[in-house]
Amino acid sequence: MPYALRRTAQAGLVVIATFVVAFLLLQALPGDAIVARYASPELGLTDAQLDELRTVYGTDRPVWEQLWASATGFLTGDLGTSLQSGAAVETLLAAALPSTLTLAALGFLAAVALAVAIAAVATFGRAEWLRRAFRSLPPLFVSIPVFWLGIVLLQVLSFQLGLIPVINASPAQALVLPVLTIAVPIAAPLAQVLIRAIDDTVAEPFIAVARARGAGTRWLLGREVARNAALPTLTIAGVLFGELVAGAVVTETVFARTGVGRLTQEAVANRDIPVLQAVVVISAIGFVLINLAVDLAAPAIDPRLRRAVHA
Amino acid sequence: MSAVIGALPSPRVGRARPRPRATLVLAIGILAIALAWAFVPGLFTAHDPLAGVAAEALQPPSPAHPFGTDATGRDLLARVVFGAGNSLAGAALAVLVGLIAGTAIGVLAGSSGGFVEEALMRVVDVLLAIPGLLLALSVIVLLGFGVTNAAIAVGITSIAVFARLARSQVVRVRRTDYVEAAFGSGGTFLAVLRRHVLPNSLGAVVALAALQFGSAILQISTLGFLGYGAPPPIPEWGLLIAESRDYVATAWWLTTLPGLVVAAVVLAANRIAAAIRESSA
Repeated sequence: MPYALRRTAQAGLVVIATFVVAFLLLQALPGDAIVARYASPELGLTDAQLDELRTVYGTDRPVWEQLWASATGFLTGDLGTSLQSGAAVETLLAAALPSTLTLAALGFLAAVALAVAIAAVATFGRAEWLRRAFRSLPPLFVSIPVFWLGIVLLQVLSFQLGLIPVINASPAQALVLPVLTIAVPIAAPLAQVLIRAIDDTVAEPFIAVARARGAGTRWLLGREVARNAALPTLTIAGVLFGELVAGAVVTETVFARTGVGRLTQEAVANRDIPVLQAVVVISAIGFVLINLAVDLAAPAIDPRLRRAVHA
Repeated sequence: MSAVIGALPSPRVGRARPRPRATLVLAIGILAIALAWAFVPGLFTAHDPLAGVAAEALQPPSPAHPFGTDATGRDLLARVVFGAGNSLAGAALAVLVGLIAGTAIGVLAGSSGGFVEEALMRVVDVLLAIPGLLLALSVIVLLGFGVTNAAIAVGITSIAVFARLARSQVVRVRRTDYVEAAFGSGGTFLAVLRRHVLPNSLGAVVALAALQFGSAILQISTLGFLGYGAPPPIPEWGLLIAESRDYVATAWWLTTLPGLVVAAVVLAANRIAAAIRESSA
């Protein structure tokens, strides 16, 4: 089987397995989501009413039937019904998605800019102490609690320096602090990989050859180093995606922004399992697709991989 | 300009390194203090972490209250010191869960091969495909809220990395000549595993465990911040920061100081993990 086909089939298998695992864990195992959600005494529902709710939500059917219904639902865009609000999960997600996508996209761009700046100074900085200081930034960044960073940024930039208004902020102003907050945990692994890739590339014999033939630093950086650093950077795309998802949950909670992250946090607090299941499965699909794209694109970027792939 | 590249410090060239040693000593010191807080918190503070003095509410840091006091007049340093037990025990439990379950899966996959290996590694793929925080949240929905459940949830998110490492170590060692020889001279599988595979893989696994310890502290504090960890009067580092959120405009010390403690301990754990990795490589 050709590599691309085999790799795609494997990705499909992981998505299906993830769906089944998420379904079994969240819907089948905890016994009865309806009891967990509605059987509290203060609601005062009778057993007959609970049975009726089970029929409405379909939890009285055998597990494999529910799994099939859930799977066909996912394929047709029907992600189930929120136990908390009674709204369709796909409606809730569609309403929350634009805000989160804006935050994630801007946060990612800010992280890339930050990471490239850190890597550049850490490898080509003028002074030894400067390079050392910037090399220690990524380990520092991964050790900072993201939620704490958000609160401290709010404290310093908004309350003490008054740079960003807390009330009546314009949509753009309201984005500044969340974007900065989400950018830091993504910039850290990115900068780490960039620094290592630049170190490795600079040590390669072909750099010495190119320089012996008269190549200048700028040419080397733009052409050889950037190209050789691209692949290791791409391989952590999946990790970065995970950081973005986690960052969205934390950042949206800290800054009380509406979005998928907030929706997820509320779903956990209310044990709203259909919403959580949809977020988990969609995130897993995103992760698998990103890694699939990276694996398929890698041979195109690095010719050395082509032989290994076809072997 | 091209001289700049030549002047780059090469990471592979061995050189006297007084500074990294100093940071390692500092890291061990920080972690030792945090562990001492966890085991004998009473030695480090005379204040009660749960009962506050209302008249002393929201005081900035002073000699009497080095970290200041919170809205109900509780000494913040006492709450951070007593919180160390919850946060570090949670992180240790998380690492243990990931280490035991992950290593078991990895060793089984690496030593059995064939269909069993395929199936186990696809399960690991599923665990990896779900972003860590979402996986932890799913487990918490299953198990319920609380410090122990949060720790187990964080531990489950690290099963996949431990399993991958253990499998690669087993496969690597199994291919060596002396292990072939051990099998050839009549060694049973378990004996070979204990005598040759485990000692040779220990360094890498311990380094990963140390790294996971730091990240578990962070993740548990995140779950505590979101409200799924310890219930309120209990001091836990993430929860401490969450409780202080309402006073961010007036009492800077309430969020800043506990956060700095968390960052320092995580940084120390990561530094030690890096040192273990270097010495075992």
